[in-house]
Amino acid sequence: MTVSAPTENESDADIKTSAQQLKAEQPSRRTVSDFIKQQPLGTIGFLIIVILFLSAIFAPDVAPYDPEEVDFMASPALGGGAPGSEHLLGGDAFGRDILSRLIFGARTALSIGFFSAFIGCSIGAIIGIVSAFAGGKVDILVQRGIDLLLSFPIIILAILVIAIVPKNVVFGIDINVIIAISIPFIPKCARVIRSAALSIVTLAYVDAAKAAGYKGSRIVFRHILPNVVAPYLILITAYIGQAILLEASLSFLGLGVVEPTPSWGLMLAGVNSDYYITAPWMIVFPGLAVTLAVFAFNLLGDSLRDWLDPKLKL
Amino acid sequence: MLRYTAQRLLLVIPTLIAVAVLVFFLVRVLPGDPVEVKLIGEFGDVNPELIYKERKRLGLEDPLHIQFVNFMVGLPQGDMGISLVTERPLTQEIGARITISIELAFFATLLSVIIAFPLGTAAALYRGTWFDYVIRIITIGGLAVPSFWFGMLIIMALLATVGKLPSLDTAGLFEDPMANLYTLFWPALSVGYRYSSVIARMLRSSILEVLAEDYIRTARAKGLYERIVIVKHGMRNALLPTVTVVGLEFAFLIGGLVVTEQVFNINGIGKMFVEAVQFNDMTMLQGLVLIVATSFVLINLLVDLLYAALDPRIRYQA
Amino acid sequence: MNDTQEKNDVLLDVEDLEVEFHTGAGVVRAVDGTSFKVHRGEFLSIVGESGCGKSVTALSLMRLLPRKTAAVKAKKIMFDGIDLSTLPEAEMRELRGRHISMIFQEPMTSLNPVLTIGDQITEPLITHLKMSQKEADIRAIELINMVGIPDPERRITQYPHQFSGGMRQRAMIAIGLACEPKLIIADEPTTALDVTIQAQILELLKDISDRLGIAVILITHNLGVVAAYADRVNVMYAARIIERGSSSNIFGAPAHPYTVGLMRSVPRLDKPRVGRLATIEGMPPNLLAPPQGCRFRDRCPIAEQKCEETPPTTTAPGTIEDHTVACWKNEFAKENAPILYGSETAIEKEKSAHGEKVLLNVNGLKQYFNISIREGLKSHKVDIRAVDDMSFNVREGETVGLVGESGCGKTSAGRAILHLDNPTAGNIEFDGNLLNGGNIAAVRRDMQVIFQDPFSSLNPRMKVGQILEEPIKVHKLRDGKSARLDRVAELLTQVGLYPYMADRYPHELSGGQRQRVGIARALALEPRLIICDEPVSALDVSVQAQIINLLEDLQNDLGLAYVFIAHDLAVVRHISHRVIVMYLGKVMEVGEGNTLYDNPQHPYTQALLDAAPVPDPEIERNRQRTILEGDIPSPLNPPSGCVFSTRCPMVTDECKSMVPELNDFALGHGVACIKIGAS
Repeated sequence: MTVSAPTENESDADIKTSAQQLKAEQPSRRTVSDFIKQQPLGTIGFLIIVILFLSAIFAPDVAPYDPEEVDFMASPALGGGAPGSEHLLGGDAFGRDILSRLIFGARTALSIGFFSAFIGCSIGAIIGIVSAFAGGKVDILVQRGIDLLLSFPIIILAILVIAIVPKNVVFGIDINVIIAISIPFIPKCARVIRSAALSIVTLAYVDAAKAAGYKGSRIVFRHILPNVVAPYLILITAYIGQAILLEASLSFLGLGVVEPTPSWGLMLAGVNSDYYITAPWMIVFPGLAVTLAVFAFNLLGDSLRDWLDPKLKL
Repeated sequence: MLRYTAQRLLLVIPTLIAVAVLVFFLVRVLPGDPVEVKLIGEFGDVNPELIYKERKRLGLEDPLHIQFVNFMVGLPQGDMGISLVTERPLTQEIGARITISIELAFFATLLSVIIAFPLGTAAALYRGTWFDYVIRIITIGGLAVPSFWFGMLIIMALLATVGKLPSLDTAGLFEDPMANLYTLFWPALSVGYRYSSVIARMLRSSILEVLAEDYIRTARAKGLYERIVIVKHGMRNALLPTVTVVGLEFAFLIGGLVVTEQVFNINGIGKMFVEAVQFNDMTMLQGLVLIVATSFVLINLLVDLLYAALDPRIRYQA
Repeated sequence: MNDTQEKNDVLLDVEDLEVEFHTGAGVVRAVDGTSFKVHRGEFLSIVGESGCGKSVTALSLMRLLPRKTAAVKAKKIMFDGIDLSTLPEAEMRELRGRHISMIFQEPMTSLNPVLTIGDQITEPLITHLKMSQKEADIRAIELINMVGIPDPERRITQYPHQFSGGMRQRAMIAIGLACEPKLIIADEPTTALDVTIQAQILELLKDISDRLGIAVILITHNLGVVAAYADRVNVMYAARIIERGSSSNIFGAPAHPYTVGLMRSVPRLDKPRVGRLATIEGMPPNLLAPPQGCRFRDRCPIAEQKCEETPPTTTAPGTIEDHTVACWKNEFAKENAPILYGSETAIEKEKSAHGEKVLLNVNGLKQYFNISIREGLKSHKVDIRAVDDMSFNVREGETVGLVGESGCGKTSAGRAILHLDNPTAGNIEFDGNLLNGGNIAAVRRDMQVIFQDPFSSLNPRMKVGQILEEPIKVHKLRDGKSARLDRVAELLTQVGLYPYMADRYPHELSGGQRQRVGIARALALEPRLIICDEPVSALDVSVQAQIINLLEDLQNDLGLAYVFIAHDLAVVRHISHRVIVMYLGKVMEVGEGNTLYDNPQHPYTQALLDAAPVPDPEIERNRQRTILEGDIPSPLNPPSGCVFSTRCPMVTDECKSMVPELNDFALGHGVACIKIGAS
């Protein structure tokens, strides 16, 4: 018993013809090939990340030398070490191959970067969602806490945590550094996710779910959470970049990972002032590595934002 | 406006108190005993009784709440305790080195704003041109480049061109302004690169957003000169989110000082901070963190007031 | 006017206007070769549904379209002897705001929030008329007076956010008037405003036009407004003007099937429901790839082979005046207008009768929201009385309409009944059972909801099929996956969609289709009562008719009861058995639909009905209306005594101290006014 003829014409949504708004609404399809087409920069970022990742995983096979292998002939202290056929990117003060150290350093950067961002953002996201959903006094309390933590610059917070948490190396990964870097991310993430969750809670489809008698847990997991995933992913990607930067800074200060763990920041820490002129490659390449990695994650994060949630304010 | 200012000022006080409390407790969680480290450093192996006596002398054996009360009471009087390493009052220690950091921070902010505003605006107004792309690439770099590495590159460039680094004996601003500014210019540039990139990006995107708003269309419909449309109607609104970001990113600037002072070997509180951690100087750490957090809170207060001055919706509730 | 007079009085002569947008997806021809004239002092209305090109036309006349993405071409655009299409930009700028002004739809966003109203009014005066600041300020005060804003000296120094919606629009008119233009273009100026405020603004506009001899182009989708104010009408569809003529002709003797359909799909405020609304099936074409020939072809009930060729614009049959139409079969359309969209007998379908059993009983419902208002350093709590003591009932199969302007509490009442927000006080009984926080879950199946916004009412991450399957699954209404999927297909068909749409995501459907999905979701639980919260307000006129008919048919077939919340009086009259009129949280009048509309007793109801225009120029021309003054008071600060006392034409001192009870004026007809006696 059809009541009115089915509406067949699925012309692409409603074309808003007010001058400023005229873009034919393309159903933003969620396939990978569409992403590549519409977000070329993000794709480039992603590719760089993949390359970094693969080099890190297959470091022993990719790196031409052992990163700890000392070779005084290649040390600038003795006049050598310039980039050339033997050492593509040159040698450091101990004649160790910079390229190999960079490749192994990628392991540290990526693992610390990823874990810190993941832990920090996830904890932050949970706090944000719970706070938004609970509302009332709980929400106000959490907000004050977030504001308080946000009065500290992240490097200061990280250094404080480094000072507090005892050094703990597991599987070659410095847990204390990861904890130190993830903690400053928690309040930032909590704030963004909380406001995303709040804006969703007021939407009509959540009301519809309540009116249909769904349990709270179903509403949170089925209706609210999936719509918070987008900001969450964008945040993680952006913060991996920040985490890599932070790790490099901490290691540079001597407060992050220590020898023999390879780290781009550490490579910059040990540079004697003489080498600034005589061996600039010791400075240029490690810094370039950090820049490239952070750049790639920023590109990806920006593209993800354009793709998933352009209105998101980070 | 006055009423709003008073309001915000009053709200800042509980925040500052909360910060002080947080710092106090955070720092107490430090493992390791600075006294032990210090004594071992001086005398080699040391017996526990001596350590206990030292700790008692320095007030570290007092019950926590007594330490807390002493701390909180001393603060409004300007007493932050004494350094566990040098045993001199913190206010004196920090006071000696804080001026240069303040100068550096201020200089960096000024520089960043001066650079970012014209660039961000131009990038927005000439959107899509090669100029815009260049600016965008530069600003993306600012977010990815580690500020300490940038500082090192600057030093390399200085060494290569001028042959020597700016003098480490940085004269005071009022004693020898030119030398002072010359010395501080480079670290300011180094730490300001990121800051100005963030500001420029925010300005660009907020101008673009504002220019797409309805009231810009109305302004044009009134037949106003394009210049007036963009400056009077556009910029004033675009400034609002930008001002907020300037305040928020200031935290990054303060953090950036820590590494920058290291790279340029500047004897400011950034360097002090790292030293405090290395020497486990708990009270020094406490004092420094307190100062940093407090200054951030105050800067944000200023930013809020500036925002209110610009946005009548805040000044006059409907 | 005779011919020669007409020719001399032509102010704007547009010939062959074309506007193309270059979007990422392709080229869109938003205006496809339209031609029309506007005479001095004339009130022209351009009417059409969303996407037809009416706003783009206005913006292109003012040359306000972004130059990079929009290409505007025309044979000529003669304005008072100057060809706007070839005018250099600097001279065009001088014209804008001086000889041609424009008023926009959203008064909140169309005014600059950081500049004072005075500043924004004096700008064109200083720029165009070269006045000094002082002179301009004086003139600004004059203008503010002229547009009816009280206390002008103080208002000049205030900011837009300190004005109400209606006042902001008046300020916009003041800006438009500043340099005494020859033409004002108003793009949907009242769409975002309440009915009584809308009437004020339109009357003001008309008054200014008449007194100062200013021509007005009013762009709207509201046919009532067109009938009340326009001298001439351009009807646009899919970027073309498909019919053009005097208001009387367009309404009285439409010659294009689309115009005919439009007229017959709009419910009437002033007549009892005659039958189902005529519906124009389908949707407007995608302008990225418009069909060949007549663009209305796919939806037209009388389309034939010939229509594959674009019909020329010809003079409508039987008229001497300038009434043109673009349809091959315009004569046929004109003569057979009443039956174009279904035979008389098919359309005339009686409204279903309702049962006698009371399904929903609301007694003394109060919904107060407690919020803190900060004043300086202190903050105090204030109760917003969204719903203040409301009682009514709904019987099986009945539609009770809840109507009122913003802040009246109709939406809050709906939400309170559904317990989406727990009511502050009052008894709500469903099927004899008193509802409270505890047993509401049991009742959820029986009482469902449809929302206004088709965009935000569906979870964007779930497919349509999943959205519909979920309630079935949660309430275990069917056994097993395949049984559930069958039911989903059934539901989709029931609301007029194809079953394969279950595989689509909401953003792939149109607004009307999404609304149908929302209805299907409500039906999935097999409810007995559905609360419809403005279900058609966000839809185009032709789609509205489809949804209204759908709701009525479902009521017939399934015996559903509705609480129909809306602000559109005509729609409410059409669909409701009984109607409740609300104002600031209180019930003003309640009664059987036709009785209430034909014989309103409460002064507010009378004013409301007076304010709403009817799509019939003859009636509008001869109407006596009393337009209410002032703004709707803020719920934060309701008037003492009768909430309507601040605007009531019959107010006396007594009204300010007594809160009137809802008295029975006649059987089943309640009125809350101390001046109206009980029976």
